[in-house]
Amino acid sequence: MKAHLTRRYMFSASHRLHSDEMSEEENRVTYGKCSNPYGHGHNYMLEVTVSGRVDHATGMVCNLVDLDGFVHQQIVERYDHQNLNLLAEFADDVPTTENLCIAIYDIVKRGFHTAHLEKVRIEETMLNSFEYCGEDSR
Amino acid sequence: MVYLTRKAEFSASHYYHNPDFTSEENQRIFGKCNNPNGHGHNYTLEVTVKGVVDPKSGFVVDLKQLKDVMSREVLDALDHRFLNKEVPEFLTMIPTTENLAITIWQRLAPKLNAAQLHRVRVYETPDLFVDFYGEG
Repeated sequence: MKAHLTRRYMFSASHRLHSDEMSEEENRVTYGKCSNPYGHGHNYMLEVTVSGRVDHATGMVCNLVDLDGFVHQQIVERYDHQNLNLLAEFADDVPTTENLCIAIYDIVKRGFHTAHLEKVRIEETMLNSFEYCGEDSR
Repeated sequence: MVYLTRKAEFSASHYYHNPDFTSEENQRIFGKCNNPNGHGHNYTLEVTVKGVVDPKSGFVVDLKQLKDVMSREVLDALDHRFLNKEVPEFLTMIPTTENLAITIWQRLAPKLNAAQLHRVRVYETPDLFVDFYGEG
């Protein structure tokens, strides 16, 4: 039997939405307050959904210790209490939550092979959330 | 096609143990969940059904019927129980959240005649949930 398992994680980070390809006026019109030059922060809530056959011997899709270990080490440690604009993956891309979803999806997809990655979902605030399911939806 | 989701809560205890594993293997794989005296959770169950809206009633499913089936088939059997010792399926199967979602699906699917079961979601905690769509 195939099941989907979803785990939630939190991290807090700052960012500024600003594109060098746009004029100051275009940035202001496009990003509004989010383009404030000093940046601002969010408590991000990350959901990682993996799927797979439920193992008969363990009753699990994957061991949570493995998933938690990977996400804490590779995602939470990387992003928590950081300025996203200064990280390599956002050197050329604006650190919108859309792009953050894609960056996190790619890290999990590349490094976590214990179960199939279905989806990364991020709540930037209680009112905004973003989902990314991989290449097919890109 | 319209999807309708009904929530319910139940509280139960469980522990994870596979008699085919050694004590060390059980401890290594299941960690704290292997404590033989068990531990408990407040589970939240979401049952999603789908169907065409009936033109006469405006319903996908009679919600009272759905609530009754959920109460009878799931909540009466699981709420305030030690899953490993009191629920027949878990006498031989480890009561992980994955297996709970599958078991709840198997209990509900044959009893829901008005609408089609789409998804069973079980939250073990607010930060961990499992979805089962009936996939073999």
